[in-house]
Amino acid sequence: MYEAVIGLEVHVELLTRTKLFCRCSTRFGAPPNSQVCPVCLGLPGALPVLNGEAVDQALKAAAALNCRINRISTFARKHYFYPDQPKGYQITQTRPLAEGGRVDLGAFQVNIARLHLEEDAGKSIHTPECTLVDYNRSGIPLIEIVTEPCLRTPAQAREFLEHLRLIMEYAGISDCKMEEGSLRCDANISLRGPGGSTAVVEIKNLNSFRAMERALAYEIRRQSRLLAQGKAVAAQTLRWDEAANRTVVMRSKEEAGGYRYLPEPDLPPLILDEAAIARACRLPELPLARKARFIGAYGLSEADALILIGDRMLADWFEAAVAAGARPRPAANWVLGEVARLRKETRHLPFTPADLARLIDMTERGAVSVAGAKKVLAVLAERGGDPEQIVHSLGLAQVSDREQLAEVARQAVAENPDAVRDYRSGKDRALRFLLGKAMKLSRGRANPQLLRELVLQAIADAERL
Amino acid sequence: MNELKSLSLAELSELLAARKLSSVELTSYYLERSRKYQKDINGYITITEDLALATARRADELRTREELPLLAGIPVAVKDNIVARGAPTTCASRVLENYVSPFDAAVVEKLSLNPLLGKVNLDEFAMGADNKTSAFGPVRNPWDLQRVPGGSSGGSAAVVAAGCAPFSLGSDTGGSIRQPAAFCGVTGFKPTYGRVSRRGLVAFASSLDQIGPLARSIADCALVLQAICGHDPADATSARQEVPDFRACLQADVRGLRLGLPRENFACCDEEVAGAVEEAARQLELAGATVHWVSMPYRDEVVTAYLLIATAEAASNLARFDGVKYGYRGQGQTLDELYTSSRIFGATVRRRLMLGTFALSGEDCPACYEQGLRLGRAIARHLDSLFRQCDVLLLPTAPTVAFTLDGEQDPLASYYNDILTIPANLAGLPAVSVPCGLSSGLPVGMQLMAPRFREDLLLRVGHTWQCLTDWHQRWPREVN
Ligand SMILES: [Zn+2]
Repeated sequence: MYEAVIGLEVHVELLTRTKLFCRCSTRFGAPPNSQVCPVCLGLPGALPVLNGEAVDQALKAAAALNCRINRISTFARKHYFYPDQPKGYQITQTRPLAEGGRVDLGAFQVNIARLHLEEDAGKSIHTPECTLVDYNRSGIPLIEIVTEPCLRTPAQAREFLEHLRLIMEYAGISDCKMEEGSLRCDANISLRGPGGSTAVVEIKNLNSFRAMERALAYEIRRQSRLLAQGKAVAAQTLRWDEAANRTVVMRSKEEAGGYRYLPEPDLPPLILDEAAIARACRLPELPLARKARFIGAYGLSEADALILIGDRMLADWFEAAVAAGARPRPAANWVLGEVARLRKETRHLPFTPADLARLIDMTERGAVSVAGAKKVLAVLAERGGDPEQIVHSLGLAQVSDREQLAEVARQAVAENPDAVRDYRSGKDRALRFLLGKAMKLSRGRANPQLLRELVLQAIADAERL
Repeated sequence: MNELKSLSLAELSELLAARKLSSVELTSYYLERSRKYQKDINGYITITEDLALATARRADELRTREELPLLAGIPVAVKDNIVARGAPTTCASRVLENYVSPFDAAVVEKLSLNPLLGKVNLDEFAMGADNKTSAFGPVRNPWDLQRVPGGSSGGSAAVVAAGCAPFSLGSDTGGSIRQPAAFCGVTGFKPTYGRVSRRGLVAFASSLDQIGPLARSIADCALVLQAICGHDPADATSARQEVPDFRACLQADVRGLRLGLPRENFACCDEEVAGAVEEAARQLELAGATVHWVSMPYRDEVVTAYLLIATAEAASNLARFDGVKYGYRGQGQTLDELYTSSRIFGATVRRRLMLGTFALSGEDCPACYEQGLRLGRAIARHLDSLFRQCDVLLLPTAPTVAFTLDGEQDPLASYYNDILTIPANLAGLPAVSVPCGLSSGLPVGMQLMAPRFREDLLLRVGHTWQCLTDWHQRWPREVN
């Protein structure tokens, strides 16, 4: 039996207004080559100037991953020729911004080897006739996070990456949209068995969590098979082919050649003072801390808390509803149920957590039934509005007035003596019949619990007469 | 108006300010001379007449309304590896033959009221010391058209020497301002690394490159330095150092200054060259300086450090010229073919790129480059120690006078020709070459070197020297 040894190299695009070494905008989706300048196009004579905002963001990431921050880090040029690399080299770091981090996921722990700043390349668009290059992405700030090879299963790798995304999102470091390429992952994998370890294989192009998990599982199967046949695993760089559901060879490691690192002569070493580091360490609440608080302060179940923190918008929604007065547990139920469902359907929510809090309050006061409240929420999701008004306009207001319902109950009992008799002789169905009659007399607006209590009371009163 | 070319920048500035001379007149005068001698000297790659006259008119027009900076309206020639909008920037290479920069270099911005006469010739990508590697033909030395002007700022030096431009800008990576200044009998000033923004200078070796002026005197250089020095937030290697009043620095004489003469640097020179520089030192001694011999006992170390640093950085800096985005584009079915056919550098550039690529790759990498840096730092430390014994180092700029165009030089031997100028680049020091004599009718240059950011000392010694002598005022017979 073989054990998988997996390490990840994760590239995270930092949320900054401008690029790493120039003032160009980082906005996603702009027309091709509309956010470029001499620096990010690598024009002759252009010089890079480090963006302080990107450094702050990278420092936050380092702090969030419990890394040791290097007071002095250095930039270097990594050379390779490719059309989307306008200078013939990428500016990255040799002495990294931070090292030696750790992420504790309870069941297992992931050690971070290093975290450094680097610039993104442009984007090649291949058409049948030619290749086009969009340099809007050229120079966008990235951090590369390299884990130690401490992951053992594809599931662990996925759990770590998902958690990493949450951390980045919570700390406001990145929006981590895999589909827009703001979170990218390469994996290194080898198998370890009684006879030693196989060569390390690198898998690129893992552009979804699912792809990563499947590619790793595929590689474990492929390599195990090779080993079983007594064959060696070649040290290669592979690419995950999503459509074919397999890995394909990009290049053998030998061909890759050296990157000819050169200390970047255009940028002095990055020297951080205590204040900058202290500033970076003031992080907002991170996902695991929030989960603990949801359980401790709000009495949520572990499962509910986990789902909530995994969806930052829902978690924020939940907290806002609680802040607006809703009791935490029903609020969690509503948020995880109806609110999540409506958001999925309508993609945005035109009502506020305060609206939800009022609706929950109304159900708890019996002013509207749970079913009625769901209808109200659907209307809110569709066109917004005031919850109370919607309850009234839909005629969903529940009658909970004791006097009024007692009258209705008496009337139902008086008008249906046969049913009363049946009930007395032990026929439960007769009670449901009477409740139905009473509900009808209230035009369906009676609070069902109260109505039931009052009908039983009316039957008892009728007996005494 | 033939005497215009002999006027100092300060005198021209006064005439312009008093409106006894217009910038259009002055610019036309220099444009005419530039065109006249272009065939013989080939100093320019592009003469930008329209651009120059437009700026001249703007300066004249502005002057009717406001007082202008000292140098405003005085035309300039700019080395063709410094970008300027509206004119091609070729770096004397076929690779960039039709390249026009969309932005101005920082120094061009600072000289926005100085009519740009043209972009002057250089060795391809500033790699060379004789100006023979230009894709647009060699520059010829105005003192002897059969001789080289030096390099790589050969055009910058030749056009000033021939009176085709009152001053020019060059760049100095291993002596590229000072050596051609010496060969052409003009004053060439390399400021401290970081004094002048490199933004817009097409990089050769980023950690050594520095822009500086070439002019007819130290006093002229002081005015240009005043205009182009200063911190640039857009160049991360630019120094946050206050810029002194360089003109005021000219006031002080050399009394009490200690001049150090590195023995080895005289021993390696032609006798007449060494003799002329020693004689200059003696005259400065008479003017009140103290003179003594010091030792700079390194030679191979200088060449090795320079070769490793300069070629490695050049290989990196020139990687961007791949034919994809701008510049010459070759033909090819595959990406590799496109790259191969687009990188049409000349032999010298090619040799250095291969050397540099080698210095950065393989098992010993980046050890090779780092070793170069370490050697450079060791030399810089030794120079620091010399500056405890003396205030200014005084030595020849080049071991010989200008050599002939037809001589073929062994590449390695040619690196040794730069041995006197390279140390200032390795240590980031300011250094200047001033004319100090003639040998067989050809100019000899004296080099002065000072601690970092002590340009003032160079101005003091250089100006004192030029007040005592008239070597800097001589004209080559062919252009006078
Ligand atoms: Zn840009």
